[in-house]
Amino acid sequence: MTDKKMIEDIVAQVLSEIGSLQAAAEGAKAELDGSFDGGISEADSSGGISDNGGDEAIEDITSSESRAVLLLKDPEDYDALIRMKSKTTARIGVGRAGGRLNTRTMITLRADHAAAKDAVFLDVGEEIIKRLGLFEIQTKCADKNTFLTRPDLGRSFSDDAIKEIKTRCRPNPDVQIYLSDGLSSTAINANAEKILPAITEGLTSRGISVGTPFFVRFGRVGAQEEIAEALGAKVVCVLIGERPGLATSESMSAYITYEARVGMPESRRTVVSNIHSGGTAAVEAGAYIAELIEKILNAKASGVDLANR
Amino acid sequence: MQSIISVGIDIGTSTTQVVFSRLSMENTAGYFSVPQISIVDKKVVYKSDVYTTPLKSSSLIDGEAVRGIVENVYNDAGFRPADIGTGAVIITGESAKKENSEIVLKQLSSFAGEFVVSTAGSDLEAIIAGKGSGAAAFSKDGETVANIDIGGGTANIAIFDCGDAVSKGCVDIGGRLVTVSPDMTVTYISESARLIAESCRADIVPGKKTSMNDLSLLCEGMAALLERSLGIGGRTELLDKIKTSGSSDLVINKPVNAVCFSGGVANFIYDDERDKLKFGDIGVLLGDAVRNSRLVSDFKLIKASETISATVIGAGTYTTSISGSTIDYARDILPLKNIPVLRISESEQKSCFDGDSSVLEERARWFLSQCGGAVVLALRGEPDPSFLSIKRLGEAISSAMDSVLPAGEPIIVVLECDIAKALGMQIKQFSGGARSVISLDSIKVSQDDFIDIGKPLMDGIVVPVVVKTLIFG
Repeated sequence: MTDKKMIEDIVAQVLSEIGSLQAAAEGAKAELDGSFDGGISEADSSGGISDNGGDEAIEDITSSESRAVLLLKDPEDYDALIRMKSKTTARIGVGRAGGRLNTRTMITLRADHAAAKDAVFLDVGEEIIKRLGLFEIQTKCADKNTFLTRPDLGRSFSDDAIKEIKTRCRPNPDVQIYLSDGLSSTAINANAEKILPAITEGLTSRGISVGTPFFVRFGRVGAQEEIAEALGAKVVCVLIGERPGLATSESMSAYITYEARVGMPESRRTVVSNIHSGGTAAVEAGAYIAELIEKILNAKASGVDLANR
Repeated sequence: MQSIISVGIDIGTSTTQVVFSRLSMENTAGYFSVPQISIVDKKVVYKSDVYTTPLKSSSLIDGEAVRGIVENVYNDAGFRPADIGTGAVIITGESAKKENSEIVLKQLSSFAGEFVVSTAGSDLEAIIAGKGSGAAAFSKDGETVANIDIGGGTANIAIFDCGDAVSKGCVDIGGRLVTVSPDMTVTYISESARLIAESCRADIVPGKKTSMNDLSLLCEGMAALLERSLGIGGRTELLDKIKTSGSSDLVINKPVNAVCFSGGVANFIYDDERDKLKFGDIGVLLGDAVRNSRLVSDFKLIKASETISATVIGAGTYTTSISGSTIDYARDILPLKNIPVLRISESEQKSCFDGDSSVLEERARWFLSQCGGAVVLALRGEPDPSFLSIKRLGEAISSAMDSVLPAGEPIIVVLECDIAKALGMQIKQFSGGARSVISLDSIKVSQDDFIDIGKPLMDGIVVPVVVKTLIFG
């Protein structure tokens, strides 16, 4: 008898669970239908197929909030690991699946790699160049592919380009500043509007004359020698996108040289690197660079020559 | 690498000590970035004997005698006043009175001219002692550590988590709250000790004889109150009564799992002393009582790297920090001392970033009407602001401060985020050179703090900053 009673109880329980499961499934279906309707009507109102609604729901796995999430399950000391994570951009505390990365870590790596590739292959936005009131000059590289495969052409300009620089820029300034895409257009997009006015203002407030700024497409650092020679600038400063890594694709550097001349050794350059939101803030770097340029002008030296003083 | 010598002078209720430390600084950022100067090493290079604080009356310090002690210590250590780059002179415990501060300041001005005599206040004293004892450093390894600094008159407690002080408080429990003559006649009992003795029925009455038993009973009562402060057993009315006036409530947000003892009594907690009345007071017995209490059995016991000297080492070594490495300052007005802090809230900061200076102006006007003279504006800042917003912030600060500050007073700003150089440049531009400007970052200060800003170090890249409180009893 007891057995029979037990079996009946189990059957009753299972049936009731199935019932609640069904109810849940129906609820979920209703929800789905609702959002589907919403999606359609929004798409209609914007006049075509759009990705709104759906897009908001997708988490940006490369955002700092998402990176801060601890993926390791049941860590020995949760707080300590969170603390360690806050001190590094390395992918620690991510756990593993057997000997391999978890799916989430894997796709974050891929997303970061994609951002790095974008930084190299995309172009600096026309709007930013326009907003900063710059004109544009191209090196001897005709396209991105040439730029990436022929570093020598990225350091040099055609006669026409040099002529244009000469006609459009104020000659013989104390300091010639210009922007260049280098290996990260993203770096220019992210930092240019913050840093350029900061340096320019810092210099003019010190009574130092600043030349007409412009933008060099497909430029390598070494292009600054031809520019300095063409304009007779005492100091040349290029703000250029750094080769992106998996931690950030927005890092910018300033290479500053006193009396740059074609053929000079690399050791003559002073560099300020790691300018991005996670490194030195662009406005702060700008204020620092202005002071540094003043120091270079006073010392009449840059690079190792300056450091050895 | 460059280094400076920092002096710490602690003039306490019962003892006075001087310590010299060497703070070494280095640019840790490497050659290709914006410099990043950090204090990379702190080393105690000379520790004086522990002197009995010379007194003229029960609460008034004998300034000339203190001067004599300090003079001798400088000579023995082989330092001249000119060798000293920074430091702190603090008056702690019962000595922390305004008259004493003036006496000591007058007598020590030739030794400590660059800085100012101040009292830590019981809260900051608890933190300083916990840093000097090594408890703060220990908490970086994942333990939540309570440092209990038991001196002659008070027990200063600070709780550290990940190297930061998360809570602090102070109770009137100490080794010299009862003194007895060799024939066991009670010569002194403090008010707090009397209350505790009453509650645990210990027969201790001034002028009358007492017994070891009664004194032990009192000390066990004191140890039980310390247990209660750390959350073993509930809070009692008595615990609230013996709280040191002016100190914070010790709030336990995160369970403590380790304890560390410093101060004079700590020696008798870590090591058994046979002569129970060695100092004619209850210090040794209190040490025994704490050693046998649940403070030691329930928590992990950490051996302090310094016991009686924890406060002076903390004062000499941990009160000086250095600013961020991209800052802006008017060299000729440094050093500055005892500047009160006006902390700007997040919403006030936001209105400044939006270019509205009226809120700040009102706050600063009110603050200056209370404190007069100079003021340090302290704000968080933004980690990566646009050029336009830093310009607006600079304009708002410049216009607000220009209209409220007395003529000739500098505009001083201290930020947490690394944007001080950019902001300093903007403030200077808007104020048009009419005022000196000092803009520092990477420094965290709170309302009611005071700061000293020293002369520039490391080729002028950084300035030393001492943050303190100045509450006199």
